[in-house]
Amino acid sequence: MSALVEIRDVRKRFQKTPVLDGITLEIRAGDRIAMLGPNGAGKTTLVRSILGFYHLDGGSIRVLGKDPVRQRVEVLASVAFIPQLPPPVKLSIRELLQYVERSSGVPAAAVAAEAGRMDLDLESHASKAFFKLSGGMKQKLLIAIALARRSRLFVFDEPTASLDPKARELFYRLLSELDYDYSAIYVTHRLEELEGLVNRKVYMELGKVVEDEPLTA
Amino acid sequence: MKNLLLIAYLDIRESLRSRWFYVYAVVFGGLMGLFFITGITDSVVMGFTGLSRLLLVFIEVTIIILPIFILITTVKSISADRESNILEYMLSFPVSLRDYYWGKFLGRFVTVFVPVIAALVLGIGWGVLKGATIPWEMVLLYSALIFSLCIVFLGIAFFISTTVKSHDMALGVAFLTWIVLLAFIDVALIGLMMQNRISDGVIIAIAMLNPMEAFRIGAIALFDPELTVIGPVAYYLLDTLGHTALMLYAVFYPILLGVFFALWGYRLFRRKDLL
Repeated sequence: MSALVEIRDVRKRFQKTPVLDGITLEIRAGDRIAMLGPNGAGKTTLVRSILGFYHLDGGSIRVLGKDPVRQRVEVLASVAFIPQLPPPVKLSIRELLQYVERSSGVPAAAVAAEAGRMDLDLESHASKAFFKLSGGMKQKLLIAIALARRSRLFVFDEPTASLDPKARELFYRLLSELDYDYSAIYVTHRLEELEGLVNRKVYMELGKVVEDEPLTA
Repeated sequence: MKNLLLIAYLDIRESLRSRWFYVYAVVFGGLMGLFFITGITDSVVMGFTGLSRLLLVFIEVTIIILPIFILITTVKSISADRESNILEYMLSFPVSLRDYYWGKFLGRFVTVFVPVIAALVLGIGWGVLKGATIPWEMVLLYSALIFSLCIVFLGIAFFISTTVKSHDMALGVAFLTWIVLLAFIDVALIGLMMQNRISDGVIIAIAMLNPMEAFRIGAIALFDPELTVIGPVAYYLLDTLGHTALMLYAVFYPILLGVFFALWGYRLFRRKDLL
């Protein structure tokens, strides 16, 4: 299998503190990784680097053979992201879906269909500003957008943090129902919740990968 | 290009819903209303009356209010989005940094330029209703000066917004920029001249570099071609450059400066960490 993401000796410092300290990792097609580790381990920095938000101090990252900083549009066309907390986007739902549709080619109807599967009726909230939705509704919408993109790689930074247990279960069920071969990185503190969804565990500590092993179903 | 226009459009929609935009529009629209109520068009000051008098007062107010409004409301467009993680989410979609940055710039330009021009049109419309003659040359040149003032302060604001990561710090830098430029229009320049420690050439150079001074000189030159009311620096510039070159400088220098800062901000936006 070819590598979807190649991370080679990646180093990143903030001020003088090393946050990523020589990370080498390969994510292959079909890998579904639970990325674990204590706060400050560098998990979020690593996924943000994969998304091209940071200029590295050393090493390289390639997503589908492309540099996520220099070729961000090509890379992000294949990657869907859900942040840890929904940002206070001031656009209305309709405008946000317009942004998604025009930038990613995902029809608003496809997002609405995914939202519907999560018991979220977008039509009745279309004119409402995104930030005025409840925390759970916001996160559901972000999940619906990510799933509707049918990306080759999903990057989830603690995606269920603001969901109630029922919605959390629904989210995992929807992921398990995806009918194509995708890869995923789940930044999480709760491995047990991802049981059956992930096939690999990566444990980070102080900017290093200290454990990387396959998980059996 | 389609993403750039989309981002501009969404930024305009977002601005139209925000409180700052209403305050901004009400301030400029309200100022015009206030001028009519107080009968400025009927008064005569320093030989100016009617629409010319109205435009003169409007200009004096614009030079103070417009830069600070643009700076304060625009510096947050990237820095606040970065701080609140909006930038992280919006840029996780396949949108180029060029489209995002310049789309935001274009959208913000429309929202700061249109209310001022609308207030100007309102004033002219009112003047016409009262039977005044429209000073077309003045209106066109003043529109060009407002355009260039908007561009320069948008450019500076976008530069600050991409350079400074914290929203509070960006606001502080924006305010400091405004105060410094405002102070150097008169107070600081007069102080420097009175001390006689710095050569006249330096003082004139400082004045010429200040886009607010350029706007002011250009605007006042519309009413007072001899620039007798504005002070020695402007008078020197008029004497050295001549009227046409002075007006070209007043319109184009701020535009060039604004474009320079906007490009510098864009370069930093691309080359620095986005978050």
